[in-house]
Amino acid sequence: MADDKSAKSAQQEGERVPTVIVDDLHIVYRVHGAGSGKGNATAALSRLVKRQGSPNVREVHAVRGVSFIAYRGEAIGLIGSNGSGKSTMLRAIAGLLPPEKGKVYTEGQPSLLGVNAALMNDLTGERNVILGGLAMGMSPEQIRERYQEIVDFSGINDKGDFISLPMRTYSSGMAARLRFSIAAAKSHDVLMIDEALATGDRQFQKRSEERIRELRKEAGTVFLVSHNNKSIRDTCDRVLWLEKGVLVMDGPTDEVIKAYEAESKK
Amino acid sequence: MSTVSETAHDGAVALSAPPVKSPDRGLSPAELAEKYGLAVSGARPGLIAYVGQLWQRRHFITAYSTAKVSAQFTKARLGQLWQVMTPLLNAAVYYLIFGLLLNTSKNVPNFIPFLVTGVFIFTFTQSSVLSGVRAISGNLGLVRALHFPRASLPIAVTLMQLQQLLISMGVLLAIVLGFGQVPTWSWLLAVPALLLQSIFNAGLAMVFARLGSNMTDLAQLMPFILRTWMYMSGVMYSMSDKLSGAPDFVRVLLQLNPAAVYIDLMRFALIDTFTASQLPPHVWALAVGWALLAGVGGFVYFWKAEEQYGRG
Repeated sequence: MADDKSAKSAQQEGERVPTVIVDDLHIVYRVHGAGSGKGNATAALSRLVKRQGSPNVREVHAVRGVSFIAYRGEAIGLIGSNGSGKSTMLRAIAGLLPPEKGKVYTEGQPSLLGVNAALMNDLTGERNVILGGLAMGMSPEQIRERYQEIVDFSGINDKGDFISLPMRTYSSGMAARLRFSIAAAKSHDVLMIDEALATGDRQFQKRSEERIRELRKEAGTVFLVSHNNKSIRDTCDRVLWLEKGVLVMDGPTDEVIKAYEAESKK
Repeated sequence: MSTVSETAHDGAVALSAPPVKSPDRGLSPAELAEKYGLAVSGARPGLIAYVGQLWQRRHFITAYSTAKVSAQFTKARLGQLWQVMTPLLNAAVYYLIFGLLLNTSKNVPNFIPFLVTGVFIFTFTQSSVLSGVRAISGNLGLVRALHFPRASLPIAVTLMQLQQLLISMGVLLAIVLGFGQVPTWSWLLAVPALLLQSIFNAGLAMVFARLGSNMTDLAQLMPFILRTWMYMSGVMYSMSDKLSGAPDFVRVLLQLNPAAVYIDLMRFALIDTFTASQLPPHVWALAVGWALLAGVGGFVYFWKAEEQYGRG
């Protein structure tokens, strides 16, 4: 009881409520076909019979023992050079990649912003909106409600009836706009945004930045992966710097970005 | 907010997190998670909760399978016509080889309906298994990007094959009618037979989806196994003829074969010269048993590795 009271009063004082706890996280990828080897059916059979592992599997230790706690209301930037494990870590937080060692605790179901993998280029834009929405876990009714909103936001129909054409006929900018519009249709508790979202023309970039800000307001905690230090400065108040899967630095945005810039200038 | 159950251990090892004046200091990550009601990310839900999640995603499963089916032939000029042409051409090839060249049709009345039924029904199981093997390993991008019960994928591929089969069944009915069969009430037996086979196939697809998710060699090996299975299932010859001289245990083994059970049931339903005497004993019990065994067993087996599927 006493604890209850103290917790409550602490909250009133602005106690920070954790939404994501990452505890000594290790992620190992297994990459098949990394080496050369016979890939025919008889070779596969003999390996299965001999119970041998495939010779051309390589393990990639992408994240090595990262720990941190994210709190409600925080916007956290992830920086680091290419291949430093940023996206991999986001996937592990979302529960999409099983950790090799360590644990990730989260509030609700964190989601990556993006539906690219569920969309099919041979289908019309219209059907992709529905398919993408369903894949993100929206109900058919929710999709029907938001359908027009999604199409209008994407601006696909500004220059004629493109939504009823297969997505493979879209220009890369149009396809990216539609993908973003579908992905951004749903709000999340813990939202994770991977870089390179600001696609399309200038006008659409502005619109999508605005939408991300809205999503941020609705979400409890936001993670943003980006190579653009300016957009990190604009949106994040805390930054994690990963290098080769190890957490190099964790602190306020200015401090970490300064250190990162100093390091990358070398 | 969850109620606080533990007392804070003051003076314990401090966390690396920025210091805050709160009773959280000194809690281990696991205790902290419990205090605020955080759950392990990506943990496998219980079996019943899992079924519930799957049910919630039913619209996604059906939309995904229909989308896949309609995306299949969009680039071919003949388009969706291939959905009908593929099974027809298949049946024609088998007729050429087994009906005309090897002359297995000698003792089988209504050989063409007999053969085509066998080919279509076996193809349903065969392609469910083959696409089941790749259901996870071929969709790693999707598995690593979005959250949904992974059993959606093998179930969706089975549904895809079922849609393909329903088109084939239309062709089959036309062929059967063309060879002078008259529709009878026994045709209705095709419905429960197909339903049981679909459950059986979904179960197999789930088993092979799990196996295929970490044994990447399986996709290369399976066509051999499936072809062997096809030749043992009486697709292009009459089992009851071939079995008359065989030893007892061979006969029992071959009669237990689920593919043969489903094929014979369909033939029994559609072809009047295929009589009950050609069916193995207890055929409906076998059909239900195999469906339950594969369906429930496959589902549980698949669910056991639910949290592992993103790894590849």
